[in-house]
Amino acid sequence: MTPKAPTAGPDRDAADGPVLDMRAISKTFSGVKALSEVNLRVRRGEVHALCGENGAGKSTLMKVLSGVHPHGSYEGEIRYEGEECRFRDIRASERSGIVIIHQELALVPQLSIAENIFLGHEPARRGVITWPATLRRAAELLRRVGLEEHPQTRVADIGVSKQQLVEIAKALAKDVGLLILDEPTAALNDEDSAQLLRLIDELKNQGITSIIISHKLGEIAQVADSVTVLRDGRTVETLDLKDPETTEERIIRSMVGRSLDSRFPDRTPCAAPPAPAPALEIRDWTVGHPVDHQRKVVDGVSLRVERGEIVGIAGLMGAGRTELAMSVFGRSYGRYLSGTVLRDGAEARTRTVPEAVDAGIAYVTEDRKHYGLDLQDSVSRNISLASLSRLARRGVVDAHQERVVAEEFRRTMNIRTRTVFDQVGRLSGGNQQKVVLSKWILAGPEVLILDEPTRGVDVGAKYEIYTVIDRLTAEGKAVLMISSELPELLGMCDRVYTMAAGRITGESARAEADQELLMRYMTHDPAVPAPRHPAPHEGLTDEH
Amino acid sequence: MSTDLSPTPPAAADPGSRGAAPAVARLLVESVRRNTRQYGMLFALGLIVLLFQIWTGGDLLLPRNVSNLVLQNSYILILAIGMMIVIISGHIDLSVGSLTALVGAVAAVLMVEHQLAWPLAVVVTLLIGAAAGAVQGFFIAYVGIPSFIVTLAGMLLFRGLTEIFLRGQTLGPFPEGLQKVANGFLPEVGPVTNYHNLTLLLGLGVIALVVNQEIRNRARQAEFDLAPLPKNLFVLKLVALIAAITVATLLLASYKGAPVVLIVLAVLLVCFGYVMRNVVVGRHVYAIGGNLPAAKLSGVKDRKVTFAVFLNMGMLAALAGLVFAARFNAASPKAGINFELEAIAAAFIGGASMSGGVGTVLGAVIGGLVLGVLNNGMNLVGIGTDWQQVIKGLALLAAVGFDVWNKRRAGS
Repeated sequence: MTPKAPTAGPDRDAADGPVLDMRAISKTFSGVKALSEVNLRVRRGEVHALCGENGAGKSTLMKVLSGVHPHGSYEGEIRYEGEECRFRDIRASERSGIVIIHQELALVPQLSIAENIFLGHEPARRGVITWPATLRRAAELLRRVGLEEHPQTRVADIGVSKQQLVEIAKALAKDVGLLILDEPTAALNDEDSAQLLRLIDELKNQGITSIIISHKLGEIAQVADSVTVLRDGRTVETLDLKDPETTEERIIRSMVGRSLDSRFPDRTPCAAPPAPAPALEIRDWTVGHPVDHQRKVVDGVSLRVERGEIVGIAGLMGAGRTELAMSVFGRSYGRYLSGTVLRDGAEARTRTVPEAVDAGIAYVTEDRKHYGLDLQDSVSRNISLASLSRLARRGVVDAHQERVVAEEFRRTMNIRTRTVFDQVGRLSGGNQQKVVLSKWILAGPEVLILDEPTRGVDVGAKYEIYTVIDRLTAEGKAVLMISSELPELLGMCDRVYTMAAGRITGESARAEADQELLMRYMTHDPAVPAPRHPAPHEGLTDEH
Repeated sequence: MSTDLSPTPPAAADPGSRGAAPAVARLLVESVRRNTRQYGMLFALGLIVLLFQIWTGGDLLLPRNVSNLVLQNSYILILAIGMMIVIISGHIDLSVGSLTALVGAVAAVLMVEHQLAWPLAVVVTLLIGAAAGAVQGFFIAYVGIPSFIVTLAGMLLFRGLTEIFLRGQTLGPFPEGLQKVANGFLPEVGPVTNYHNLTLLLGLGVIALVVNQEIRNRARQAEFDLAPLPKNLFVLKLVALIAAITVATLLLASYKGAPVVLIVLAVLLVCFGYVMRNVVVGRHVYAIGGNLPAAKLSGVKDRKVTFAVFLNMGMLAALAGLVFAARFNAASPKAGINFELEAIAAAFIGGASMSGGVGTVLGAVIGGLVLGVLNNGMNLVGIGTDWQQVIKGLALLAAVGFDVWNKRRAGS
């Protein structure tokens, strides 16, 4: 059971041994291997980064460590502080001093900061909360994390970055020895990120070991001591960041592993003749925040998608990509302020979802569990939901036809399910995604807006989904693809728009785009005059 | 109503497993596995019937008592059908008990005090029920007030209106025509036999319909290349169906024949079962209850559907109110108390889920029958209403508890 991964200087810290040693961890979800023989060793008092693409298994590994996936549901061994751990649940891991802070914060917005910090282990005497002690200790902890707020402030009334600090205070209240942070800066701006990273560094000086999952390599270089790279559910290697050889390029190479070409199918040229007008054109689209009337979530966006074209939208969290897509699709998000949608050159009515569907537009959501599927219903009924009236004669659904259609998609999309009557909730993420895609392909749209079509999908299924997208464009459909994975956009799209703060900040053709260029546009503040780089979209904007 | 007792979705055949006996067993297991809840409840109903049949020394299934059972439970079953649809859509309706009372009161005022012709009065009262449901549906679907609150208000409101209409008095009797329909049996025709002729004919008709439907269904499956049930299993299913219908027919025919209400119920069950399975609106009800945001993004007009669900519930409540009032031949301000709870219990025993999106109309009827047989059986063996309540409460808890346990076992 020796770790296979080459570790940086295993001899150096052999004296006091690693504080955490995860050996040969394997975990399978309904037949799909999420982790296979992963090794992770974390030295005492270090900040250890965990890197890898989406779906590489980082979060799963941390869920195994924190007892979300209890002992017995995985293979392998976990040793923490030299002792073997068999956590039954999160409480068990927390008792040992391992605390995980998830990407989606686990705070109760209606409760105060102090109540949140001590939620689940309130300072109490005989079941009655001792408020003075609670508030005093909360204030202490807030000082430690550098948050200047009164402990009785409601969590709902403070911003996300401060909520993050409350989470860390909550972890400190549990006498944390090993702190796990899952993408802690994903929702933070630069200044707040820097403050958080300083705090992590400070906690290290106080003897707290941290594992930080992050996509931002700059951050990792700044705060971490070593980094373990995962790829496709396996450990690639562990690198020492003090080693001058460990550059960002080195880590990226390790994360990606293969050349980009093999992960995407070759694009089939579109068979349909070129059309005089774009299949979809959006002009000057502006959408207000549903609650905050001052805020524009999407601001003057104009873009176009030709038949047979795959156009990407890149952007960081909060750039307004999903909001743009959902508001175009039947105004399903926010308050419509201005803008027009054109289909094949003519203005289209898309004020409600049925109208948008009639206009030949489909929107495949990024959040299939909440917005895409009825998890307790069957595969076939989920596929048919958006097309029931077409499967029906005088309002009566042809159950046989419905089943035939479902079977056909099961075959062509390679949906792995025992029968089409099985609950969708039982399928793996990739297969669920194929069901959502099938549903909208069945609806027969000319324009498909795909929002993170491969989120939470394993590598094999990703390729299959790319193939389907290619097939659609070969038939002459237009695809607008939103994705957070730049390699995916670069591998699949003909053109890529970038968004930041609700506006289009750039447009680049496939040939000229690379990750660095996109990232520069994505992190560009649109309030500042545009960077000097060709931005052809400006010509498209209707300046009134 | 027996058409619906067959395994609900188109048969669960695995391609390439025709003929051999183990394959047939596997098909059965597969079909049961997919409908655990419904088969479980059917099994439980059978067990309860068997228990009381033995306990009462055979009184339970006497033709007279079977007729009684139907008449006693008809209004709850009608309510349960509507309630199941409401619960599938992710809502609840607490007002139906009061609404049945209100409708009974209005009917009494129209027919007894104003001597309105009873068929006309029936139409008017059904429309009033639909209107009451529509008003509630408007507040739920378009204003966005939770159904629990709207129908709680409706429960108080309708009860109050009932007392105002009746001035606290009991009003009756109803015209004979209405009583015959609500409380009577199919007419006697033809030569004197030991059985009720029309009921026998009806039974034969149902058998012919069911067999025809099953064979057509199988032919269509073959046409679509969908691997229908193997022949021997199909024949077995037909024989079982025919036997069940025959037994029920003979039971009813050897007393006064089929109650008119039973025919009404059967029509409701078949129609609503069909609507919920095969009609677009029905499928949209499942979709909005199962995942409202996903349904909206799939183009389901969720407000219209919700509105329709409550309108329908109001109309069914009116129907139940008429049947109830006519059966007791009087409208009382205390009518229909706790009916909403019985209907809700029936729906949950019959497989509904608190979060919506799950359940069948047939399940609601089975759930209602479980409660009905418990009631009737306990009455026959002389258990007091105090203990009856206790036992019914435990039955509800056990049924839903089994469901939760079963799901957790399957889920992990």
